Formats: sequence, structure tokens, C-alpha cells
Amino acid sequence: MTMKMYGKHRFPGKLFIVEGIDGSGKSTQIALLQKWLESEGYVTFFSEWNSSPLVKEVTRRGKKKRALTPMTFSLIHATDFADRTEHHIIPPLKAGALVLADRYIYTAFARDVARGVDPAWIRGMYQFAVKPTLAFYFRISLDEAMKRILGGREAIKYYEAGMDLHLSEDIEESFRLFQGRIIAEYEKMVTEYGLVVIDASRSIEEQQVQMREIVLEALTGTKKTRIRKWVDLGSMVKVSRG
Amino acid sequence: MGGFGFYGKGLPGIGTDDLKGKLIVLEGTDGVGRSTHIGLLKLWLENHGHAVVDTGMTRSALAGEGLKNAKEGHTLGRITMSLFYATDFADRLENEIIPALRAGFVVLTDRYIFSLMARGIVRGADPEWIREVYEFALKPDITIYLRVNIEDLITRVIQHTGFNYWESGMDLHLGEDMYDSFVEYQTRLLAEFDRMVEPYKFHVIEASPNIDQVFETLKATVEPLLDLPHLKSRTSAD
Repeated sequence: MTMKMYGKHRFPGKLFIVEGIDGSGKSTQIALLQKWLESEGYVTFFSEWNSSPLVKEVTRRGKKKRALTPMTFSLIHATDFADRTEHHIIPPLKAGALVLADRYIYTAFARDVARGVDPAWIRGMYQFAVKPTLAFYFRISLDEAMKRILGGREAIKYYEAGMDLHLSEDIEESFRLFQGRIIAEYEKMVTEYGLVVIDASRSIEEQQVQMREIVLEALTGTKKTRIRKWVDLGSMVKVSRG
Repeated sequence: MGGFGFYGKGLPGIGTDDLKGKLIVLEGTDGVGRSTHIGLLKLWLENHGHAVVDTGMTRSALAGEGLKNAKEGHTLGRITMSLFYATDFADRLENEIIPALRAGFVVLTDRYIFSLMARGIVRGADPEWIREVYEFALKPDITIYLRVNIEDLITRVIQHTGFNYWESGMDLHLGEDMYDSFVEYQTRLLAEFDRMVEPYKFHVIEASPNIDQVFETLKATVEPLLDLPHLKSRTSAD
């Protein structure tokens, strides 16, 4: 019943998380990692940022109406994260699974502090989080990230660009300024939390090899399951052919 | 003017220098007569020329609906629920309470962070953690705690509304039935309120069933805060 704090959780499973700004390629990397872990026979569970079914709708509406202030933006994301922790992270960790998370508490620390939220306050609020086994930070320059984002997908969103901070009227310029602040916050956390830095300017394959080596080391003694799902066998075949 | 402060670092981008109104908080557990006294206070203040906004536990525009759905489904965990309430409160603080204070209103709030913290703690949240989370809140000018003992509370609830699921803390499975659960849950809540009296400087008023008597004490407690000559002369003439 009592609340466990950061670093105090003891579970048989392992938690691997990826962090980095948009365009750093972290989602691609964690997806590849999951494929590999499953093909190796581990039970994995994937959890992404902003995914609690109950809270997501509130966040979506708040963003759409631009009704979120830095404080409510911070709190609603913490609420979402708490639901993920209580429902999607702790239970599989207790069951001994490998939990993979795309974005974790460091996303909140970086973004919300960039929005003016007090760094000590937000760290205190997220104390209920499970400390990850490994936290990867995909380091990329702002220019490179901008190039990937502007080339690749739909329009930049209001809050992603930090437009609520009125840094610039121009959304691209605002995005650049805001993401620059976020990078600065990530860089501070590298030592604070021992983030494992991956050079995101290297090739996808090179990054994945490096990630797998580091993860493998952290997996010594972790049980594999003997039950392989038919679907997983299918995807293994595809991977080995490719 | 002003003189407002936050418990901690406060709200990003929001200053307190231009807050001219007064923030009056009425706290206490369920069924203690808070809403009756809020109504009476509002009337009394308005009669004396104050513009009053009363806010209660009505849900915020942002998180209200989500919270309602969450409660109906009973599927949210304890920490999640605490943070959802904090989000809801922050939205009301930034969009209702602070703008009203800026406009010079007397803001009467039926419950504040203290009820939210007490509930969270009773549901297993770490007390220090939850206090820190709520450090973004504005310090009220005055917090009045309508205190009741558990025996009187039971009598009141039976006479008025009866036991309900949440006020009985049924989600906590504390007793065999709603009565047992109510007694245990409310006893724990009252203990948490009592622990807050000193650190949060509550003005304690014993909530006897005599409404007039309680209200006289309330008026006497609130009056020094509204330092207006005409108010004083009018009241003494009453």
C-alpha cells in the first residue's frame, strides 16, 4: 500500500527506455531492439509516452483547445505516466518481463523545465517512477533533427514547437528555440541520471549494434521464456531473410 | 496589496503582484456543513459590498470529464488518481481562482488542496510527496477548518444524505459494509486534517449542528481579513 520511490523498486524484470528529441531516431531503435529481444526468446512489453487510455483523451482535448498551461501540461503528463507505471510498467516487471519504453520521465524533466517548471519540483513529483535498468539518450544536433523532421512528416504541432511560450511567431523558429532548450536539459541529465549516450548521427545499424551489446550485458541472469508465440516465429523468419 | 505567495516555487509564468482579492478556504470532511456556510458567507459578504466568487469541487474544464469517467470505471491507480486531482485543481487555480483574485474578488472556495492531500494520503500516497506536488498552490489568506468528531459526523450523514460509495472510501475495502467503511475512512481523513492544522495554519471551528452559532464564529474569523471601515460599522450595527 505504501508508495515506493525512485530507485527503491525491486522487480525481477528489466526496464529499458529511450530518450531524445523528435527526429533523433529513438523510436526506430527501440522497435528494432524489441524485435531482437523477442527473437531471442524474451518476453517483452512495449510502453509509449502519452498512452494511458483514460488520460490521453484529456490531454488530446487540452492540446487541441490550447488550454494547457506549463503547469497543467506538466501535471496531465505526470498523470498519464502514473497510469502507465501502475498498469503497464510495474505489472510486467513483477512478472519478470523486459519492459521497453519510448520516452520516460526524462522527457518530462526536459520539456517541462524548458517551459519554466521548477526542476526540483518536477523531479519530486516523478519519484514514484521505476528507475530504468538502462536509459539510452539519442544525442543529435539541432540542425540534423530539424532536417529529418522538416523533410519527413506532417506539420509541427503547437506544443511540440513550444508555441505556448511565445518564443517566436514563426513555428519553425519557435520549434528550433524550444528544442534547443530541451537538448540543454537532456545534456544536464546525462551525468545526473547516468544516461547512456548513443550518437544518433551514426547509421541505424551501427546504433542498433551498440544498443544490443549494452543491453545484452544487462541481461545476464535474466530468464528467457520457452514459450514462443507463432507470430514471433513468423517475424523472426522475415528478419533473418532481410 | 497582494501579499500572496505560493507554498513552493509556484506556477510558471504567473506572478502574484497583481492579485488584489482575498482567498478564503473552507475545509472539512464530507457532511460537515461546508456548502451551507459557503452560501451564508457569500450572502453576507455581498451584502457588505464585496464581489464574491465561490468555487467548489466542481470539476475543471480540462480534467473534469476525464475524472468523472475515471471514477465511474474505478480503474485508476492511487498515484494516478492523486495526480489527476492535482491537474484538475491546477486548472481551476489558474483559470478560475487566480483571474478572480486579479480582478479583486473575494474567492470563497469550498475545499482546497487539503482535502485532496488528505484523500491521497489515506489512499496510500506518500505524505511528503503529495505535499511537494501541491507546492504550486497559492497560500490562502485564511483557511477555516470545520472540525467534527466521527460520532457527530455519522449522525449528520445518516440524517442528510446517507452513505455514498466515495465518501465511505469503498474503493479501499476497509470494512465489511458501507457503515464500517465510512467510519474507518472518515476517521483516517479526520486524522489527516488534524495533522495539517498546525503546518498549514488552519483556523479551527467546531462544527456543531447549530448553524447560527457556527456562522457567528465564521464571520468573526473572516472579518479582520476584510479590512474595510464600512464593513466594520455595518456589522456592529447589525
